[in-house]
Amino acid sequence: MNYFPDEVLEHVFDFITSHKDRNSVSLVCKSWYKIERYSRQRVFIGNCYSISPERLIARFPGLKSLTLKGKPHFADFNLVPHDWGGFVYPWIEALAKSRIGLEELRLKRMVVSDESLELLSKSFVNFKSLVLVSCEGFTTDGLAAIAANCRFLRELDLQENEVDDHRGHWLSCFPESCTSLISLNFACLRGEVNLGALERLVSRSPNLKSLRLNRAVPLDTLQKLLMRAPQLVDLGIGSYVHDPFSEAYNKLKIAIQRCKSIRSLSGFLEVALHCMSAIYPICGNLTFLNLSYAPGLHGNKLMKLIQHCRKLQRLWILDCIGDKGLGVVALTCKELQELRVFPSDPFEAGNAAVTEEGLVLVSAGCPKLNSLLYFCQQMTNAALITVAKNCPNFIRFRLCILDPIKPDPVTNQPLDEGFGAIVQSCKGLKRLSLSGLLTDQVFLYIGMYAEQLEMLSIAFAADSDKGMLYVLNGCKKLRKLEIRDCPFGDAALLEDVGKYETMRSLWMSSCEVTLGGCKSVAEKMPSLNVEIIDESEQMEFNLDDKQKVDKMYLYRTLVGHRKDAPEYVWIL
Amino acid sequence: MAKEGLGLEITELRLGLPGGGTEKNEKKRVFSEISEEEENEKSNGPPELQSKSQVVGWPPVCSYRKKNSFGDKDGSKTSKFYVKVSMDGAPFLRKINLALHKGYSDLVKALEKLFGEALRDAESCEFVPIYEDKDGDWMLAGDVPWEMFIESCKRLRIMKKADAKGFGVLQSRVALNGTLKE
Repeated sequence: MNYFPDEVLEHVFDFITSHKDRNSVSLVCKSWYKIERYSRQRVFIGNCYSISPERLIARFPGLKSLTLKGKPHFADFNLVPHDWGGFVYPWIEALAKSRIGLEELRLKRMVVSDESLELLSKSFVNFKSLVLVSCEGFTTDGLAAIAANCRFLRELDLQENEVDDHRGHWLSCFPESCTSLISLNFACLRGEVNLGALERLVSRSPNLKSLRLNRAVPLDTLQKLLMRAPQLVDLGIGSYVHDPFSEAYNKLKIAIQRCKSIRSLSGFLEVALHCMSAIYPICGNLTFLNLSYAPGLHGNKLMKLIQHCRKLQRLWILDCIGDKGLGVVALTCKELQELRVFPSDPFEAGNAAVTEEGLVLVSAGCPKLNSLLYFCQQMTNAALITVAKNCPNFIRFRLCILDPIKPDPVTNQPLDEGFGAIVQSCKGLKRLSLSGLLTDQVFLYIGMYAEQLEMLSIAFAADSDKGMLYVLNGCKKLRKLEIRDCPFGDAALLEDVGKYETMRSLWMSSCEVTLGGCKSVAEKMPSLNVEIIDESEQMEFNLDDKQKVDKMYLYRTLVGHRKDAPEYVWIL
Repeated sequence: MAKEGLGLEITELRLGLPGGGTEKNEKKRVFSEISEEEENEKSNGPPELQSKSQVVGWPPVCSYRKKNSFGDKDGSKTSKFYVKVSMDGAPFLRKINLALHKGYSDLVKALEKLFGEALRDAESCEFVPIYEDKDGDWMLAGDVPWEMFIESCKRLRIMKKADAKGFGVLQSRVALNGTLKE
């Protein structure tokens, strides 16, 4: 029942920005659904196969900003074949044909062709913002089209994409009339860029706040860019190699000191250690420091840099920082909320330089810590229990012990108790990744205590189906579950198939589920797509229900089987 | 972090099977002693995880990050470890990139692939893998930790054991033991 005219409701809804809240609003009654859908400008689609572009366009004619995610998370680790899916072209094509005035497109783990980028660039007059994260399939030619045709482009943000770099002229494609850039991130490109064009572009972009360069941009150019853009808030340095006695270095020192607004620093893709002192003047204001692509920055120089960063809230670093270095972080960065420690050598498990000690130090020194990604050589239950006590505010806790089934090295016990302490203490935990030797017990704890858990990643763990059942029964808010190399079979999979409709997706690879089990899920739940991914020939020749399935990915959908699956994907 | 030498006796190449057995099931492992020692060193785990570094998708680091942030400490780690490999009796030398291999057992498998034919054709011979180090000395492969080996190996030679005595390899191994660092 409405006591207010639609316009009033619409105005009220303007203040409701979170996707969750907007979705809730739309469910209240038909009238609210209608008002909400006409006023909705931003839509987030976590699985591009859960809905079709046509239905999106039909429901939200006022759409301005679209976020789409494609491949499942484990695709990051080469567990999903390249051409599995996640193509953006059909979306852009459909939107282009419609009257949608798209202004912003954010894609993650999708396949983006140059064709799509070109079509995008020509179809939406007011297009302002393109963010591509972990995508592939495009070259710098596609970027050239974006640069040339999007007259009001504000943001071009490329994060960790696999881009075929045809070298250089795309930057020159920004017309002289383009002065609206606020954010430009091309750190993931490997090729040369036209440095002159870059300098001119920055010069005519007075609103530029975020600039992340690739390794082909030398220090000399960096200095010139900083002189022209002292208003920068976020800087990604490409190459930081130079002669400390050179004119360029002196000029750089001056230029950096003028940049009083920089709060976020990343890059150092190539670095000469003896010249870090030029950076110190801006360290005191940094809230985000990402050195995870800077293996050249280590030892005392790294320590000294961090010691200047007293206001740091987020730190991404390589494990060559060592436990000692993490001790320095603990003493210096009292405002730290997020820590990510990446491995500097993925191949030799024994060489990781951080252990449970570093983590304990940080947990003791940084009480605001709420988000962790930690690759380490080993972990103990005692350490996890201490961390849980020191930091009860974890929202994200992702631990990766490089040897995936390593027990507590002190007691030789599984890490069940340690992770149990984490879930019991951190009542707001939304995301958890486990590793180390783990039995069914840890899953009992997770099911019992992790009430807010939305995403869980499991590898090489558990003893039996019970593990998976504890989780499915206990975690009411679970949205994404991804499992590899665990002894979970059909009994666990089939216990409560209705649960999967409340989740975005379930991934199981190298487990014990059989083809028959998967078929059963598909039969009972027509609202799910159950995909079997199998590149070997066994699916072709041997369709025995009892055979184990190598990879299964199931997800809820409103639009049935997708039509673009490659031949090694069977949708049951 | 003390890393022990692998404490090997002289390693041996064994002959391949006579005649045509299928290779898959009973491939004789050459350098078998190196492989066993190395596996015993790693922590006890289920057999499938003997070489954890070779598990697909583990550690869970995204492929972009893998390609862009590793081994660049000196800017050289990923590229400069090609060494020549010669085998007594084989007509051609080969080249192998040590950086692509994770340990001695991995190297051994690669060498078997490279010289498979010649190894199988050799008649009742035993072979010894030796390498020339930075100082120009010929050393028995397998004594020092893998990373140290990569740094110091200039070339590899698969030598007939019969020739070994003349070469003074045994003596140099004894010398090496005395100077073993961590």
